[in-house]
Amino acid sequence: MVNHFYFTDKDVKRLENQAIQIRQDIISMIHAAKAGHPGGSLSAVEMVTALYFHVMNIDPQNPKWPDRDRFILSKGHSCPVMYACLARRGYFDPEHLKTLRQYHSILQGHPDMNKTPGVDMTAGSLGNGLSVGVGMALSAKLHHQDYMTYVMLGDGEIQEGMVWEAAMAANHHDLKNLVAIVDCNGVQINGWVNEIMTVEPLADKWRSFGWSVVECNGHNMKDVLTALHTAKTMRHPTAILMRTVKGKGVSFMEDESKWHGSAPSDEEMVKAISEIQEGGVV
Amino acid sequence: MAKTLATRMAFGHELIEIAKTNENFVVCNADTKTCGLEKFGQYFPEREFSFGIAEQNLVGASAGLAACGNKVFLATFAVFASMRACEQVRTFVCYPNLNVTIIGTHAGLQVGGDGATHAAIEDVAIMRSFPNMTVVQPADAVAAKALAHAAVDFKGPLYVRLHRNPVADLYDPETYKFEWGKANTVVDNGTDMTMIVSGILLKKAVDAAAILKEQGINVRVLDMATIKPLDKEAVLKAAKETGAIMTIEDHTIFGGLGSAVSEVVVQNCPVPMEIVGIQDRFGESGDPELIYKDHGMDVDSIVAKAKALVAKK
Repeated sequence: MVNHFYFTDKDVKRLENQAIQIRQDIISMIHAAKAGHPGGSLSAVEMVTALYFHVMNIDPQNPKWPDRDRFILSKGHSCPVMYACLARRGYFDPEHLKTLRQYHSILQGHPDMNKTPGVDMTAGSLGNGLSVGVGMALSAKLHHQDYMTYVMLGDGEIQEGMVWEAAMAANHHDLKNLVAIVDCNGVQINGWVNEIMTVEPLADKWRSFGWSVVECNGHNMKDVLTALHTAKTMRHPTAILMRTVKGKGVSFMEDESKWHGSAPSDEEMVKAISEIQEGGVV
Repeated sequence: MAKTLATRMAFGHELIEIAKTNENFVVCNADTKTCGLEKFGQYFPEREFSFGIAEQNLVGASAGLAACGNKVFLATFAVFASMRACEQVRTFVCYPNLNVTIIGTHAGLQVGGDGATHAAIEDVAIMRSFPNMTVVQPADAVAAKALAHAAVDFKGPLYVRLHRNPVADLYDPETYKFEWGKANTVVDNGTDMTMIVSGILLKKAVDAAAILKEQGINVRVLDMATIKPLDKEAVLKAAKETGAIMTIEDHTIFGGLGSAVSEVVVQNCPVPMEIVGIQDRFGESGDPELIYKDHGMDVDSIVAKAKALVAKK
């Protein structure tokens, strides 16, 4: 088995460049669809890129490989970031990205495990993914498999009570093969999370449910990789709380709840793409 | 006197028996006394997962187990499975078409003393409305045991509706065979009308048919164990050959077996119908037989309604 624990400066550089591509794909596909969720897709780019292009033990030629690491995008509205990563990783032709949200597309408005190669679980109704992750992690233990299950949640999403049912169960069943990644971009559809329903103190909440907590800057690739590496070595289920900026990489989308779920116009797309390219590492 | 056993206990105990020789399924439990499966972990500790009083997580985690290729049985009360965890069943079991069998116990007014909060009177309507879902309900312990075997081999989302209290066996274990999506003709006295029944009220229909026969009304009684997909052929045959159909179920008259049969009849072969079931109000605590009577679901009421129905032909 490939050892993904470690990374080099070269890996970091490669992943940062990949992230630039993914950001452009997100903007283009939401523009083409004339609908979608750019804000929460852009905040998760570094993490999802790190998972698909370095950390996860996966085989794009064999998407149903039983021993693969699992990824559940519980904040399913952010699926453009996952679709872009799956396409660029080789699960399907990137041409499909232009068909997001169209009738008979393999790319639904929220993830569908039976329509999109590489999607491990249907998701989109918030608050549900961590429970499914508990089931997948239990299955690994039952069958003595050593895959990891990663579940990405939004910071607004964890207002759903079911998340905490799952958090309790993960500790009870000793699921150290389960990692919850909370995209703490601070913004939900109608404004700031702390004005709509405070979720802090976040680290204390997860710790009190018996989880290990790792915090990181979600836009620093080295930090993201270190957090993922650390999570794998913990003796408890681990929550990675990654601090991010909603709409990261596009100035007029950053920290703006209006970009939670709107598509850029032609002009805005050109501006966004050029900002992403200029702000890039290349 | 026939043996009596609750359908829930027959199903659960049989599943434990099957598990001794069949390793291909796991059980997920909430903290309820459902169908004897809460003891599954004593016999098969690795194959049982406890989720406590948290039904949404119970269903979500079951979906995760199923998404990894496991056949999952989950058990809780029908009220919680169909309503507390309704969306999890719909979006995370039915939509991805996963191999999860949902065992809903304490169905209908037969729950008795626990009262309205715990009596699932609308679960069939809810479960039946989900694409990919199969809905099934045994009439007695013999059928429940046979269904346990069938469920183990079943692929896809399945809702098994079971009752709390013991009922007398109608079927002979030597001859009974469960077949998916097929009505079973239990009484075939003639062609004056047909009673289509799902679940434990089958016994009342059989008793009513015997009384009606003495009074010169010859009834066919069908056991519709599979409510979805419905045996349309048997329904239409009944409509054509007997010209009047009564449905009987321990469920609200809205959205259950009565609605399912009506949907077929009204679109293909309209005949007079009578839907016997729970009226548009909640259950309450008390002797189930008294509550059934109050809703017109006892044998005397069924006989009276059958006569009125035949008169409409």
